[in-house]
Formats: sequence, C-alpha cells, structure tokens
Amino acid sequence: MQTSKEAPVKMTTDDRNLLGRPDFISVKDFNFFYGKKQALHTINMDIPERQVTALIGPSGCGKSTLLRNFNRMNELIDGVHHEGDIRILGKSIYDKGIEVISLRRSIGMVFQKSNPFPKSIYENVVFALRISGTSKKSELDECVERSLRGAALWNEVKDRLHESALGLSGGQMQRLCIARAIANRPKVLLMDEPCSALDPIATVKVEELIRELKQQFTIVIVTHNMQQATRCSDKTAFFYLGKLIEFADTPKIFSNPSEKQTEDYITGRFG
Amino acid sequence: MDPIASHSLDFFDGDRSVNSKTVARSLTNRILSGVCITLSLLTMVPLISIIFLLLKQGLPLLGAGIFTELPPAAGMTGGGFGNAILGTLAMVGIGLAVSAPAGILSAIFINEYAPTSRLAQTVRLVAKLLTGIPSIICGVFAFAVVVMMTGTFSAYAGGLALAVLMLPTILLTSEQALMGVQSAYREAAYGLGATRFQTIARVVLPDAFPAIMTGVMLAVARAAGETAPLIFTALFSQFWAKSLNEPTASLSVLIYNFSTVPFPHQIAMAWTASLVLVAFVTLANISAQTIFSRKN
Repeated sequence: MQTSKEAPVKMTTDDRNLLGRPDFISVKDFNFFYGKKQALHTINMDIPERQVTALIGPSGCGKSTLLRNFNRMNELIDGVHHEGDIRILGKSIYDKGIEVISLRRSIGMVFQKSNPFPKSIYENVVFALRISGTSKKSELDECVERSLRGAALWNEVKDRLHESALGLSGGQMQRLCIARAIANRPKVLLMDEPCSALDPIATVKVEELIRELKQQFTIVIVTHNMQQATRCSDKTAFFYLGKLIEFADTPKIFSNPSEKQTEDYITGRFG
Repeated sequence: MDPIASHSLDFFDGDRSVNSKTVARSLTNRILSGVCITLSLLTMVPLISIIFLLLKQGLPLLGAGIFTELPPAAGMTGGGFGNAILGTLAMVGIGLAVSAPAGILSAIFINEYAPTSRLAQTVRLVAKLLTGIPSIICGVFAFAVVVMMTGTFSAYAGGLALAVLMLPTILLTSEQALMGVQSAYREAAYGLGATRFQTIARVVLPDAFPAIMTGVMLAVARAAGETAPLIFTALFSQFWAKSLNEPTASLSVLIYNFSTVPFPHQIAMAWTASLVLVAFVTLANISAQTIFSRKN
C-alpha cells in the first residue's frame, strides 16, 4: 500500500480518480419487495469505480435495502423478491452462473454496529481466508498485517494480535471490521452507517480511512450524517420513500440541488 | 400545582397527616422487603438440610472400600457399591452418547436451518411435551424397545431410557443457546461469504458452546439420579458387569433397594450411596461451569 498516513482532512476534487470505470456498479430498473411491500421503486444509477458514493435519506427510504442488494444480503430474509438488474463490472449479480457465496467473497461489507467475532484479532481478520480454505501461515500473516495496516489499526494492535477482539474500543472494533472486510481484497466495500455508533474522534479516524481506501476500492456508504457525506463522498444519492430522487456529485447535491425534496432534506426541513 | 411538586413540599409544611402517610408507606416497604428476604432464605433450607443429613448419615461408611467392593448380601456387613458407580457412569455415558448428538443436531436444524418450517415447529412441540413425561414412562419405552426385543435387562436398555429422558432437555437448552448467539455474528459471517455450514461451525457453535454444555450437564445431573427408568430396564446386579448386555447395577436403584430392607447396614450404605451420588452430580456441575465459563 502506498497511501500516506497523512490523509487530507478536507475532501478536494483533486484526489478523485477519474480513470475509473463510471459504471462499476450499474443498477437498472431495480424494484425490490419485502413480501408485498415495495421498498425500492425503479432505481437506476451508475456507481463509479474507486470513488466514494454516499446514499442518504430519511429512515426507511430504502438506502440500506439497496446497499444490501449489492451483495445479495437481503436474500437472508424470507419472502423478498426483486425485479430489474444490478451489474458489477458489467456482469449481472443475478446471473444463473453466479454463486452468491463467491459474490459476497468479492464484496466487503461493514455494518452499522461493529460486529467482530468473539475470537482473537488475528482470527477475525483471516476469517474470509479461512472459509475459502487458505491455511498457509505465511499467507495468513501477510493478510493480517496488510489488512490491519489498510484499516489504520496495525500500530495499535500489532502486539496483541492473539487477544480477543472484544477487548478493543468501539472505534478500534469498527476498524477491525473494516480490516476483516478488506482482507480478501474485494472489489467493492459496502458500509452501512459505519460511524453511527462511534464517538466523534473514532468517526474522524474511520472517515480518514474511507478516503484512503477509495484508492483501492469502490466504496458505497449509507449514512444518516450529511456532514459525513460531504466530508468523505464524491457522489451522493438522495433517496426518499423508496425512490432515487437525485444522484449527483456531492458538492452539487449540497450546494445546488436540482430537486426541491433534496433541498428540503439537506436543509433540515424534514427527515 | 402538579402532584410531584406538592409531594416534595410535604416535608416542609409540617402537615402531620401527610407525614404519617409517608411513614406508613416506608413501613410497608420494609415489611415486604423482609418477607422477600425470608422467603429467599427459606428456599435454601431444603438443599442445606439434605446436604446436612447426607453428610451426617452417609459419612460414617465412606471409605476406599465403598468404591472398589461389591454390595453385601442381605444381613451381611462390609462391602461397597463399586459396580453401581460403574453402572451409573456407563448408563449415563450411553444415554449421553445417544441424546447429545441427537439433541444438539436437532437444535441446530430447528434454529439455524429451518426455524419456521412445519418440521421444526413439530420437533419443538414434541420436545416440550417430552419434558413433561414421567421418567418411568421413559423406562417403559426402553423396556418395550430393548428389553423385550433382546430378552434381557441391560445397560443398553437403561442407557436408552436415560437418553429419552435427557433428549428434550438437551434439545431445548441447545436451541436457547443458539438463539442467544447475536444475529450480528451470523450477518458478519454471511457478509464475508461464509456458507451456512461455515457460519454455524465457525461462528455460531463456538459462541453457543458453553451454554450448550451447561444444558448437557443439567441433563446429566438429572439422569444420574433417576431411579424409575432404570428399575425395569437395567434392573440391578450384585456383581461386576461383564458386558453392557446384562442386568446392571446403578447408584439410584441401589439406594432404592437398600433403603427398603430391614438391615441397618444396608440402610446406612444407602445413605452413603446417596452422598456419593449427590457429590458426583454437584462436582460435575461445578467443574462443567468453571471449565466452560472460563472458555467464554
């Protein structure tokens, strides 16, 4: 990893990677249903490669539902179905030939509440490797150091890798979950309100980390915190009542939104 | 004025009737607390008096011979009940070997694989009904299945009766243990691309293991003390068992037999056997709890 430790605190347009594919993840006429209740209505959006895309909107607007469709986590719930298509690198994630297990292995996910396994720090990080059958110690060791450095946690935990992960602080636990999610070198990193349970200092660390990680990963982040979206995302999508209201560059959404509903939401008139 | 504020002023305005009301209320509070504490202490009386009685009556005969010798014939003195200790261990072992895998695997199925399926609901219901079945009925079942088929009382039959007895306890406590595993752990495992089997084997079971073992130990503790299911499955034997396929002695049946004979030595030996049985069960419980809770 060649990223510097001193990440710029303020997002500038300069560190955007314009060489990436603009439709790394492509959502086409996507509808999603929990039983009879429709949670997403005809979503169309292209998520660019190696940039941070923030999904914002009031609770129940469907942003988490969409995020959880990118790695088909919603299928763990009974009685859901979808219409339309989601393509990653041009390949439909619903293709008959796609094994949902391998899809999830190539997409990292970080949850709202940090959920490290009640195992050692080391075993948490290498979990993805272990379940895909890797057991060579040198490979695992390399993975642990690379992932923990990638999650800016290495220096804090390198002397206690074999202690329980549950002894870490809240912010460290969430960064451990990020390390665990990137251990398999996924193409995409999905983050579902990764900072909502963290204190402001831990939040700053995770946000800095997000800005560093986007040099390698395509990141989609769901957030309730609009300042967070402005601080660390390149593009922002505003959802309301299961519909995608507006999707544009983050500075534009927050300074000059095209839609009245977007403006009302970001100025705090509802939501 | 709102009621809370008016109460807080009672203290200052010196109204005697209000003050006495407060005194009465705090008195009621104290009386009720006293009743609760007394009743809590009372619940310990049976256990403590049993242990006291067992120690008083059982200690005199306790010695090394008790564990190594055979039971004395009627009217004779000396001897021990080594064969009954072995028999109890063997039959609880057989029961455990049958019921623990069956119970734990069923719990995994009904909690992890198909919690809402009709099969799972039926299994759950049957297990709950089975906990309420008198233990002697488990003996009748094993009698019909094993004793009548093989034509002999045996440790196998006794073990099967105990297995039927332990199965619902193990199944239901294991299900509770699995339900206690945070769903966030499962979500994390699935999110990393684990299969259902990997999620269960690597994340869910290790986390639920201490609670499952506690349930297993509870079942063992109960089964080890049961007499009724063994009386007409394993029967009893005065001798060392040569195989598992013959009448087998057990501590609980020995206590039952010896406590109903008119010989003081046998009665004293029944007390000692009771002491040994309670000590075994307590020791097993305590050691299981310390081992498994430390692991957690």
